[in-house]
Amino acid sequence: MIEIENVKKSFGSLTVLDGVSLSVNTGEVVSIIGGSGSGKSTLLMCINGLEAIQGGRILVDGVEVHAAGTDLNKLRQKIGIVFQQWNAFPHLTVLENVTLAPRKVLKMSRAEADAIAVRQLEHVGLGDKLKAFPGKLSGGQQQRMAIARALAMSPKYMLFDEVTSALDPQLVGEVLDTMRLLAKEGMTMIVVTHEMGFAREVSDRVAFFKSGKIHEIGSPQQIFESPQTPETRAFLNSVL
Amino acid sequence: MFNYTFHWRPALQALPQMLQGTLVTLQLAILSMIIGVAFGVVLALMRQSKNPLIHFPATVWVEVARNTPALLQIYMAYFGLGQLGIRLDSFVALLIGITFNNAGYLAETFRGGLRAIPQTQTRAARSLGFGAYQAFTLIVLPQLFRVVFHPMTNQMVWAILMTSLGVVVGLNTDLTGVVQDLNVRTFRTFEYFAIAAVLYYLIAKFVTLGARLLAWRLFRY
Repeated sequence: MIEIENVKKSFGSLTVLDGVSLSVNTGEVVSIIGGSGSGKSTLLMCINGLEAIQGGRILVDGVEVHAAGTDLNKLRQKIGIVFQQWNAFPHLTVLENVTLAPRKVLKMSRAEADAIAVRQLEHVGLGDKLKAFPGKLSGGQQQRMAIARALAMSPKYMLFDEVTSALDPQLVGEVLDTMRLLAKEGMTMIVVTHEMGFAREVSDRVAFFKSGKIHEIGSPQQIFESPQTPETRAFLNSVL
Repeated sequence: MFNYTFHWRPALQALPQMLQGTLVTLQLAILSMIIGVAFGVVLALMRQSKNPLIHFPATVWVEVARNTPALLQIYMAYFGLGQLGIRLDSFVALLIGITFNNAGYLAETFRGGLRAIPQTQTRAARSLGFGAYQAFTLIVLPQLFRVVFHPMTNQMVWAILMTSLGVVVGLNTDLTGVVQDLNVRTFRTFEYFAIAAVLYYLIAKFVTLGARLLAWRLFRY
């Protein structure tokens, strides 16, 4: 379970998160929607401790992420994250991209890591690209590889940070299909997205972010069909 | 126009001795390069630190290495340290001098190279559970070597040629040292140094070629 309690975050004088509270249960898919610069992506970075926070706290399975004694390297093993810019490691093959962390962080043998990586890569439809370097893949393929790379660590939670925003429109579908599959398999996911159709289809809850706060949260039906606030309504009118 | 008769035979007869010297030269260059790269990476990282106690010594090293003659740096390692009671033999003093110089130049090359590697690479690595050291050595460093590969090869050639300065601290086993000894005994200056020049050229080409092969093997992406 991920518990976010009154989290505040600022970069200098710019407040990015202004008291965000949210808890995500195991097996739940929560989508976060909202305009650019509303703090959605920053929240994900805070959940796995890539960004410091200035107030409140975040608990992952009861462990406080930003507490002094927390072993972040260990904690991050159960939180997979996929970025907007997929961040493939260009000097490694697709297979090596996926096996590196299981081998070096989880200390698996090469054979063990290879078996897991091949399974994950087949899962995302890249079983025939094992030996290719990321530079030879399309953006969608690289993004699916990044998903496989995160999944190879057998995370309990997956965070997706606008993973389709940098893709050509015709490649968006393949990445969303992969995420849909994960959601069906019961993965706990927090998905920051601009894909409203997707958010509506796979989410258990949808949160609308505005000015560093969760402005409204509810079931997809509530948010998309009967939004409670004029801000949510205005945002949805502008994107749908 | 000039009144000089070339005598190539004695010079060519000394070729085995010169080749021995060539090996010493190569050894010096390779050692100074390997140690120089290691120090260069550390210096480049130290210069990125915000703590003045860490970045200041690195800055001093880089500034001195790059803005004073290599000859003086080698003198300091031999005569300077000698006066402080640290007596090094010429080989070691030369190695220290060239390595000091190499590390200074390489540190700047690496610093530029590090900027070319997006921060997001480190971020992606850390998010997978890698510690800072692992993220650097497994993800950043291999990419860095590719970015700086050509300037690094240039520096290697420069290091080879700089080893000829060993003669000023009495080194007589490297190529220039051997040739200098032969020269003072026979005064066939032109012949000996011409052959030495060809050998230096060949070492430089050999090293560049080796580096290219290595790059071809390593950087297949």
